[in-house]
Formats: sequence, structure tokens, C-alpha cells
Amino acid sequence: MSEKSALPDGRDPLGRDTIPKFLAYNAVHRRDLPAMREKDLGIWQSWTWGEVAGRVRDMAGGLAALGFRRGDKLAIVGDNRPELYWAVGAAQALGGIPVPIYQDSVAEEMQFVIDHAEVRFALAENQEQVDKLLSIRDRLPRLEIILYSDPRGMRHYDQPFLKALDTVMEQGAAHNAAHPDFFDAELAAGSGSDISIICYTSGTTGRPKGVMLSHDNVVRSANLAIAFDNITARDEILAYLPLAWVGDNFISYAEATIAGFCVNCPESADTVLQDLREIGPTYFFAPPRIFENLLTTVMIRMEDASGFKRRMFHFFIGVAKRAGRNILEGKPVALTDRLLYALGDLLVYGPLKNVLGMTRLRLAYTAGEAIGPDIFDFFRALGINLKQLYGQTESTVYLCLQTDADVRSDTVGPPGPGIELRIDGDSGEVLYRSPGVFVGYFKDEAATAETKTPDGWVHTGDAGVFTDAGHLRIIDRAKDVGRLTGGALFAPKYVENKLKFFPSIKEAVVFGHERDHATAFINIDLGAVGSWAERNGIAYTSYSDLAGRPEVYDQIRTCIEQVNRDLASDSSMAACQVKRFLILHKELDADDGELTRTRKVRRRTIAERYGTLIEALYSGQDAIAVEAKITFEDGRTGTFRANLKIAAAETYTPMRKAG
Amino acid sequence: MSMAQKKIGDVLLKVDNISLSFGGVKALTDISFEIREHEVLAIIGPNGAGKSSMLNCINGFYHPQEGTITYRGAARRQMRPHEAASQGIARTFQNIALFKGMSTLDNIMTGRLLKMKAGLLSSAIYKGPAEKEQIVHREFCERIIDFLEIEAIRKVPVGRLPYGLQKRVELGRALAAEPSLLLLDEPMAGMNLEEKQDMCRFILDVNDEFGTTICLIEHDMGVVMDISDRVVVLDYGRKIGDGVPEEIKGNQAVIDAYLGVQH
Repeated sequence: MSEKSALPDGRDPLGRDTIPKFLAYNAVHRRDLPAMREKDLGIWQSWTWGEVAGRVRDMAGGLAALGFRRGDKLAIVGDNRPELYWAVGAAQALGGIPVPIYQDSVAEEMQFVIDHAEVRFALAENQEQVDKLLSIRDRLPRLEIILYSDPRGMRHYDQPFLKALDTVMEQGAAHNAAHPDFFDAELAAGSGSDISIICYTSGTTGRPKGVMLSHDNVVRSANLAIAFDNITARDEILAYLPLAWVGDNFISYAEATIAGFCVNCPESADTVLQDLREIGPTYFFAPPRIFENLLTTVMIRMEDASGFKRRMFHFFIGVAKRAGRNILEGKPVALTDRLLYALGDLLVYGPLKNVLGMTRLRLAYTAGEAIGPDIFDFFRALGINLKQLYGQTESTVYLCLQTDADVRSDTVGPPGPGIELRIDGDSGEVLYRSPGVFVGYFKDEAATAETKTPDGWVHTGDAGVFTDAGHLRIIDRAKDVGRLTGGALFAPKYVENKLKFFPSIKEAVVFGHERDHATAFINIDLGAVGSWAERNGIAYTSYSDLAGRPEVYDQIRTCIEQVNRDLASDSSMAACQVKRFLILHKELDADDGELTRTRKVRRRTIAERYGTLIEALYSGQDAIAVEAKITFEDGRTGTFRANLKIAAAETYTPMRKAG
Repeated sequence: MSMAQKKIGDVLLKVDNISLSFGGVKALTDISFEIREHEVLAIIGPNGAGKSSMLNCINGFYHPQEGTITYRGAARRQMRPHEAASQGIARTFQNIALFKGMSTLDNIMTGRLLKMKAGLLSSAIYKGPAEKEQIVHREFCERIIDFLEIEAIRKVPVGRLPYGLQKRVELGRALAAEPSLLLLDEPMAGMNLEEKQDMCRFILDVNDEFGTTICLIEHDMGVVMDISDRVVVLDYGRKIGDGVPEEIKGNQAVIDAYLGVQH
């Protein structure tokens, strides 16, 4: 079929200005092509675009029959299930606004979003989510109806406001049969300026804010991204990232509907890696920690492999590191390396990519945090086109996209299609203007005005610099960039990222603003350090026990000293070297409010909670007693006492970078 | 919860004056109790009280010297375990008895064995009736896998699984037989708190969704008091208590048995 490509400003040549209009188009022009798959009872079930459009129509009819009107909000909470994506389409087709909520939110977090967004209708995936909603329902007077999609365990729930999605869809089919023009009229009434979704940002400070994106924002941004990366109806993705994250809505819903490719939903959160292998997606998006985990798993398993396999693996990985990236980027490579690489592909890279489910992968993005150069290079060396993306919810996902030909691990690439970027001279903050610029924060004029200037520029809150090649390099959150008492620039995240690139360090929090030197809290990675301890015959009972071992402190010190050496070679960052550190007795956790749901460090919370530990780092003590209240996964609380050691690390005198 | 609305039915299995001894050792002495349809009955007691022997008598593994067991109205003295199985009694074991080298799915499929009709020859040819049968049973097992949330380990050999998951697979295999009476021998032994909570939920769900009668042995008193409709207490092979959890908590003989008063 011949597809007209989008106009240069991202608008649709056929005038389709809302995503449900693209769905209606697919229902006709891609009727029998697969739109969605979900693994159920061990078998991949699929739905064509024609079927998906039918489900969305039924669901929309059902919602309308229940009283859902233009402008109403539909809260959606659950794992990546086809019905939940259909519900997004159904709400939008009626001119309503989906408000996805993170499925691992505790009831109070859900309450804030539902209350703030003035939600009347909620869709919960299963009993677990329904129970959470029921526990807060008496504090949500506006919430009228709760729908659920999985009936398991719901037999004894007889509240009249609880409705099974299947029943609602049946009623919807009847409603549509009785009002045959209803759906198409509602669809036609939608326009590009309507709000398509409200995404609540996890926010590293304070309460989450509801980012309103219009259909125009989403359609234009998606069209530009689709053209940029040549995404077609033949692509396949695995939808496994939280629905509430703007990126999942953008890729698994908007791009999928516009480009017409197939979205695969995993069987359960635990089976993602197996499902990845079975599906073999061509387009894949993952935060750095997923690539990190994959690499760690591969490396740990190689340690356990036979000597021959291990030597073969390391030899060919060496070849790949030397030649792989250049081959991928079409640069000149020596003939011997080219031949060795082909052999390596047969013996190592091919089978490895197959195990990882990356055989068919032609486009992979990572974003959210900086990715370690070793990890990044490893996957690119295997011939996987892994690229970085930089953006935020307010910009409709992306600002910078790396081009296939010029990919670097330490920058996020040049501004993406349709994006204007500039850096504020005084603060170093990155500002942008683009078709994806959000409409505003829901019910928060003040915050909107603070972020969006009258002439359309938006503050990212990130500090960055442009390299000579015109690529953007992000240093830190603008507000986190501080000064040491000596006057030198202090960029904690820059240092933390360098630390986190070591497999044994899971999280790091660096302090130093208005101090005379930098110090750090470290979280070790239980998987990596645990397996290292096992191999070296170090016995331990728990995370906190392992974290306190002197051998582990030595290992972490080596990592920190290497980072310090690295920082010393960069004159602007040399003052940020970490002089003293301690290994925390517990892992920083989103449930304790120390990390956001997307695993970003909440600096202020940590500084408040662990104030005494920070003082100890600066006081010259070599140990400090801690007593902490901890919350177990089951909700019980306990008190934990430990004596944390504080260790010093070598720092280096700044020198000019060699070479 | 749904517990209040649950309807406990007629007597499903009745144990009358059972005595069992091994040589001179009396394992069970003159024990009588009933298991009613749809209830969760817990058998508790200190170590060596005869709890597992009691389960072994019910599913025909041991043959008591005295007394009768009446199941679905039919009294019996002797029965073989496979007869018990074909009559709808399934069980799990204190020390997991799975096929370690086989996958989770295959282990659960073995629970369907009694329901399969295809012979050796037609199974070897596979096409036709044997294939159809296989698909039907596989679907049933997949429902159990979904129910127990063990999709991720479907194809993993059970020998490689942690203990808590092996227990879950064993429950899955017992469920595959579509039992009307499910005997669980210490389903939560050696589990951490989270695994125990999961297992409790599965037991209650089995009881609630499928209406399966459950008789379990358990040492964790918190669990027993939470999920049982009725509790039978054994000590030194004798029954010393029988009633709802609240009664048992206040029963002096039971408290003595657990705190070790001189006999």
C-alpha cells in the first residue's frame, strides 16, 4: 500500500489529527495485519487492526452508556495488557482523557493523582488494583465507576459501581448498534488541540505534576520520529515499560497506531526476557539499567562457562570492540578484522543476540539516565544499533535523537527533527521549542508559567553544553549543580553516573554543595558483589552484612579512586573528586520515597533522612551508628541497627588531559 | 473477605476409630474426625504427633490396623494410593516429591495422567486423538500455571528452582488431578514470609474458586488460625482437640501439648 509521508512539520497529509482517527484508518487499510499480541496460557494470541478497532468501538460505546462524556478522565492502572491500550483509544475517541497511573503505586499515590485529575472513571487491571482503589474510594468523592479487566478473584465483589470490562463492552456493542452514528460522530468531533493524555511526572521533588499533551503534540512528534528512524508497519515491539510513562504511551500506542506496527504484550512482568526472545522485536526501548542487567547476566554466565567457551567469548568480544562499531557505522575496517568479525558473528555474536532476543533488532533506544560507555559500546560492538535519546514528558518524549551514523556514548546527540534547542548563558540550562511542547500542567498555572516562557521556550531543568560536533551533553539537573566552598562547579550526577558505571555500584549519592570537598553514599549491587563474594569465598548473610565487609569497602574504594583519577583529568570537574564515602546499610528504595518510581535519586529526601550520616562524612569520624526504621515488602516495620564504617579514598591533583 | 459467606457442606470424609502401629510403636490411637465439603481443615500437633501418618492413612499409603475411613459414603479398610487418586484425593508431600529433571509444565502434566486415555501406540504416533487429548490437557495445565503465577518457570527443570517455587509446582501438580479433596503436608515449611503469604492466598483461592476441600498439616500457628475453618489437634497419636480456631486457641490440652507439660 502506498503511504503518504508526514508533512515537514509533522502534520498528517490526510488531516488525521487525533490518534483514534489513525486507528479508524488502520481498521480499513490494515484490517488484517496484526496489531497486538499477548501471550496467554502459553500461546501468543493476536488481534488484527480490524479487531482492535472493533474492541475500541465497543469499549467506547460501553463507557458512553455509563455516562462518560467529552472531557472526562479515565484513570488506567495495570500492567501492559491489550485491553488497557484499547481503553486509552476508547477514552480518546469519545474526547475523553486517559490518565495512566503507575501500577506499582501505593494507594496514597493513586489517591493523589485520581483526586487531582478529577477522575470519574477508573479502569483497574485486576483484583490487586481494585483493592487499592477500594481502599481509597471514600476519600475520592468524584470517582463514580471502577472497571476491571481480569475477573479472577472478583466473584464476591458485589459493589454496584464495580463493573467487569467484558460486560461493559457487551453493553457497548448494544449501545453502538442502537446508535449506529454515535461513534463516528464522536470521532469526527475530536480535534488536534484536544488533550490526548495527562501523564503525571514522578518528579524528583514534591508532588507529581499532570503534564497535558494535546493530540497535535503527540501526532506531530510521532510522525517526525517515525520519519527520522524509518519506522514502518513491519516493525515489532515488546510493550513492557509502565503504561504511565509517557514513552510507553508514545511508542506502544501513538507510534504503533500511526505507523501501524504490531505491539506485543508480555505474559507477565517476570517473563519479559523470555517473551523478548520469542518475539524478537525490531524496535526496542529500554532504560540503561535493563541493558546493564543484560550485560551483567551475560558476564556472570560466561564466568560459569567452560574454559574453552570463555576464551572464545573473550577473544571475539575483543574483536567486536575493535571493529564492531566501525562496521555498524559503515566506517573503514581492516580486512582481517572484517573476516574475524564475520566468524565471531557465526560463533558468538549471533547466538548471543539470539539468546537476548535481539537478532532482528534494528533500532534500540535508551534514555532516562546516562548509560555506561562500556555497556553502550558492548551492545553496539555486537552490531546492535543502540542509540541514546534525551527528552522529557513535557517535550512529548524526545528532544535529542542520535543519528545512525554518529553515535557517541558521552553525548545525547544533536537536536531531533523539529526541535530548537538553546542553552541559557547564565545558568547553563537547556531550553527548547518544538511541536511537542506540552499544553500545560493540569490545574497548575503557576508551574506552567515557571516552565514555559511567553515566547514558547520551555525550561528543561537540565544543565548541558553543546560539543563542537553540535551534540548535546547533559551534565546534571540545573538545580543540583552547586558550588564547592572553593568556588568550583559541583555536578553531583555527573560523578554519580561515573560511579554507577561500575557493575558493583548500584546507586551513588554525592554531596558537596557548599562544602569544601565531595563525599558519597554508595549502594552496592547485590547481584554483582554477591557473586564476586561467592567466587572469593566471602560468606555473608544479608545485604547489610555484605555491604559492611572490609573486602567490599576495598573494592568500592578502588572504583572511587578510578573515578577520581578520571575527574582529575578534566579541569572543570577536578574539584568534584570524592574524598570520603560510606556504603549504606540498605538499598535506596522507591517505597521509602528515596527514589522516584523511575529510579531517580530524590536528593532532598535522602539529605534529610540521612543528615547525621552526611555530617559524619564531613566530621572525620571513621564509623557511625545508625538506627533506621525499615518497612518490609509486606508492610511490617522493624528497627535496624548497624555501625557504618566511613572510608577515605585517594584524590589526585588535576592535570591536563592526555591526548 | 468471602469466608463468612462460604457454605460448608456435608461430610466428605469420615475417619472412625483409626489405630495404626508399626511393630510396637503406636503411631495413631483411636482417632475419629470428619472433613466436610468446602472446608479448610488443619491438622496440627507437635513433632511425631502422627499428622503425616494420618494423611498417609487417608490417601491409602498406610493401612490402619483398626477403624474405618468413609469417603463419599463408601467405607473402606484398605485402599491403594492410585485408587485414592482416581477417586479425587490428591496430595503434596512434606519433602517435595517432584521429578527434578523435568520441567514445571511436564511435572504438572503428570498430574493429568489419570485423565488421559491415549495408549502407548497412539501417543507414539501422536497425530489424531492423542494430539487432541494433549492439547486439552495442556490447556488445563496452562490455566493452573496462570493461576499459580508461575509462567516464568514453565520450562525450567524443577530441580533448579528455589524451594518455595517447588512447593508451588507441587501444588500445581496436585491441582491438575482436579481433586475434590486436597491433602497438603506442610505446604509452607521452610518458606519466607512473602512466600507463605502467597501460598496462603493460593490455598484460599483454590478453596474458593474451585470449591476444593482442603486438609492441611502446618506448623505455623498464625497461618493455621488465619486460613482454617476447623482445626484437629493430635499429640502422641491421640486426638486432643477438634474445633474452630478460636476454641483451639483456648484449649488447655492443646496449650499443654505445645508447651510441653509432663505426660
